[in-house]
Amino acid sequence: MSWIDKLVARSPIGPMQEHMRTSVACASRVIPLIDAMAAGNFEAIATHRAEIDTLEHEADELKQEIRSHMPHRLLLAMERRDMLEILDCQDSIADTAQDIAELADQRQMHLPPTLAEPFQRLTARAITACEQGHRVVNELDELVETGFGDREVARIKEMLSELARIESETDVLSDSAARALFALEDELGVATVYWHQLIQWIADLADYAERVGNRLRLLIAN
Amino acid sequence: MIQRSPGSGEYPIVPTAGRPTSAPKKKRDGLEKLTPSTFAPLENLGCSARTKVACHRGRSTLEELPASPVRREITEPMPILEAIPMELWIAGILALYMAWAIGANDVANAMGTSVGSGALTIRHAIIVAGSLEFLGAFLAGGHVTDTVRKGMLDTSLVGSDQLVFGMLAALASAATLLLGATRMGLPVSTTHAIVGGIVGFGAVGIGMDAVNWSKVGQIVVSWVTSPLLAGAIAFGIFQFTRRTILDRDDPIEQVRKRGPFFFFFVFFVIGLVTLFKGLKNLNLDLALPEALAASLALGILGAILGALLIGRVSATSVNPENRFGQVERIFVILQILTACAVAFAHGSNDVANAIGPLAAIAGAVNSAELVGETRLAPWMLALGGVGIVVGLSTWGYRVMETVGKRITELTPSRGFAAELAAATTIVLASRLGIPVSTTHTLVGAVLGVGLARGIGAIDLRVVGSIMASWIATLPIAALLSIFFYFFFKGLLTP
Repeated sequence: MSWIDKLVARSPIGPMQEHMRTSVACASRVIPLIDAMAAGNFEAIATHRAEIDTLEHEADELKQEIRSHMPHRLLLAMERRDMLEILDCQDSIADTAQDIAELADQRQMHLPPTLAEPFQRLTARAITACEQGHRVVNELDELVETGFGDREVARIKEMLSELARIESETDVLSDSAARALFALEDELGVATVYWHQLIQWIADLADYAERVGNRLRLLIAN
Repeated sequence: MIQRSPGSGEYPIVPTAGRPTSAPKKKRDGLEKLTPSTFAPLENLGCSARTKVACHRGRSTLEELPASPVRREITEPMPILEAIPMELWIAGILALYMAWAIGANDVANAMGTSVGSGALTIRHAIIVAGSLEFLGAFLAGGHVTDTVRKGMLDTSLVGSDQLVFGMLAALASAATLLLGATRMGLPVSTTHAIVGGIVGFGAVGIGMDAVNWSKVGQIVVSWVTSPLLAGAIAFGIFQFTRRTILDRDDPIEQVRKRGPFFFFFVFFVIGLVTLFKGLKNLNLDLALPEALAASLALGILGAILGALLIGRVSATSVNPENRFGQVERIFVILQILTACAVAFAHGSNDVANAIGPLAAIAGAVNSAELVGETRLAPWMLALGGVGIVVGLSTWGYRVMETVGKRITELTPSRGFAAELAAATTIVLASRLGIPVSTTHTLVGAVLGVGLARGIGAIDLRVVGSIMASWIATLPIAALLSIFFYFFFKGLLTP
C-alpha cells in the first residue's frame, strides 16, 4: 500500500480551492478600500493596498506551485487545460484587485460624495460574484467525490446560473456608476478617465469570477 | 520427481497414481552413493523402506533427523542423510524470512490505512490482519503453493537433488532481491521473484525441457490480466457506489442502509470461492450446494457484523461545507472490511512464495517414492502463516505506524472500491492456483477507480516504475537463482 499512496498523487483541487480562497479574500478588500476612498482617508487606502498586495503575492505563489505540480505524468480527474485556465481566471481576480488598489493609492483618489453610493453598490455586487465563484470552486472536490455524479453536476450548474445572474447585475450597476461619473465629467476633468478605469476594473472582478464558472462548465461537459 | 532406486528387494515399489515409479529415470548425482547397502542397517533396525518414509514424513522431520543417535552411530557411508538437515534448515530459515518480510511489509501496508483513519488501533489491526492472513494461508493457500511447489516444472525430468538445490536457489534469490529492493525502496514482488527464480534454475540449471512453459506462460499472462480484471471490477464497484450512495441526496442514509450488504457480498464471495471444492488440503470437499449454504450463512453473519459496526458510527455534526465527511467516516468501516479481505487474499496467494519451495524441498528430502502423491502438509501452511504473524508483530508494527501517520489522498470510499476489487481478483487467482502480485493487482484496481474519474490525480510515473520492476524482477531473479543453484549444488553435493 505504500506504493498505492505514492500512486495516488496529491490532487491539485485542494490547492486550486486555496488559491481561489486567497484571490477572493484579496478582492474582498476592495470593499473597505472604496469606503476609505469615499472617506478620503489616504492612510487607510495605503493600509488596504498593502493587505491586497500581500494577498496577491500569496495567490501568485500558490499559482506557481500549482502549475509546477501538474506535470503530464499525472492522470487527472479533470482536464489539465481546463484546470490551468480556471487557475488563470482565478489569478486575474487577485491581479485586478491589485490594479484597483495601486491606482487608488498612487493617485490618492478621493471619491466624490455623489459617486460613493454607486461605487459601493457595484463593488459589493462584484464581490458577491467572486464569493459565488469561490463557492463553485469549492464544489470541485465534491465533484470528484461523487465521480462527476449527475446530481452534483446539476447542483453546480444551478450555482453557475446564480453566478451568471449576479454578474449581469454588476453590468447594470457598472452602467449606472458610469452614468453618475460622466454627469460629473466637467467637474472632475481628467480624473474622469481614472474613475472610469476603476469602474471597469471593479466590474472585471465579477467578469473573471464568471469566467471561472464558464471554464468549470466546460470541465463538467467533458 | 524422485526415483530412489528400487534396486533391492527390500524396497517395495509403491504404485502411485498416474505415473509409474518403477523406472529410475534419472539418477541424482548424490543418489548413486545411496546403494541399498546404505539402508541395510536401518532395515536391521526393523524400519522397512515404507515405514522409513512414513517416519520421515512426520512433522518432526526437521529436528529429529540429525538428532537420532542410532543413525549417527551407523552412518558411516550416508552422505545424503547427513545433508538432509542442512538443506531443510536453510530452506526453513529462508522461507521463514520470506514469510516474515511479507508480513512485515505487505500486510502491514494493507491495514495501515485503517489504522491511520483511527478506525482500528495498531494492536487490533495486527490481531485482525494476522488471523486473516493465517486463515487465508491455511484455508485457501494450498492451490498456489502446489503450483509453486510442482506446477512450473516437469517433475518427471527433475531429479530430487536438482529440485532441492533449485528450490533453495529460488528461495535464496527471492530473499536476496527482497532485501536489496527493500533497502533501495524499490517495489518488488515476491511472486515475480519466486517464479523468476524457479524458471531460472529450471531452464538453465536443469534444461529448457524441465520447465513447464505452458504453466509459466499462464502465470505470466495472469500478471497482465489480474491488474486488468481488478481495474475493471474496481471501476464497476466505484460506479455502483457512486450511483447508489455518493450521488444521492441522502448519501449518509444510503451508505448506512447499504453497508451491511457490502459486508454480505464480501463474506459470501470470499466464502464461496474458498469453500467450493477448495479445501482439499483439509480433506474437506464441499459440493456446490453445501458451499453455497455455508457461504450464505457466512454472508449473513458478515451483514450482521457490518450493521453492528456501522451502527456504532455516530451521526453527529454534518458540516454543510463538507457534505461527504460523514459518508467517508462510514466508508472507513467498510474499508476495514476490505482491508481484511485483502489480508485474507494475500495470505491465500503470497504465503505460497515462502512455503511452496519449502514444501518441495521437504517433499523431495523426505518421501522418496510418494513424491507425485504427497499432499501439502497443513503444518507448512501454518508455518507460513506463523511467519507472517511474527513479521506483523515484530516489524509490521512500525510500518503501520508510519503508514497510519501519512496523509493519504485515497479516501476511504476509493480505498474500499480498490481493495474490494483487488481482494476478489486475488482470491479468484488463489483458487485457480495462480500466483499473482498483490501490489500489481491493487495498482490495477486504483487505476480502475481513477479511470472512473474518482481520484483527483494518479501518478503515472509510479505505474511506470512498478511495471519496470515487474519486468526487471524476472531476469534478475532468474540470474540470481542460477547462481545460487550452482552454489548450493557445490555446497551440498557430497
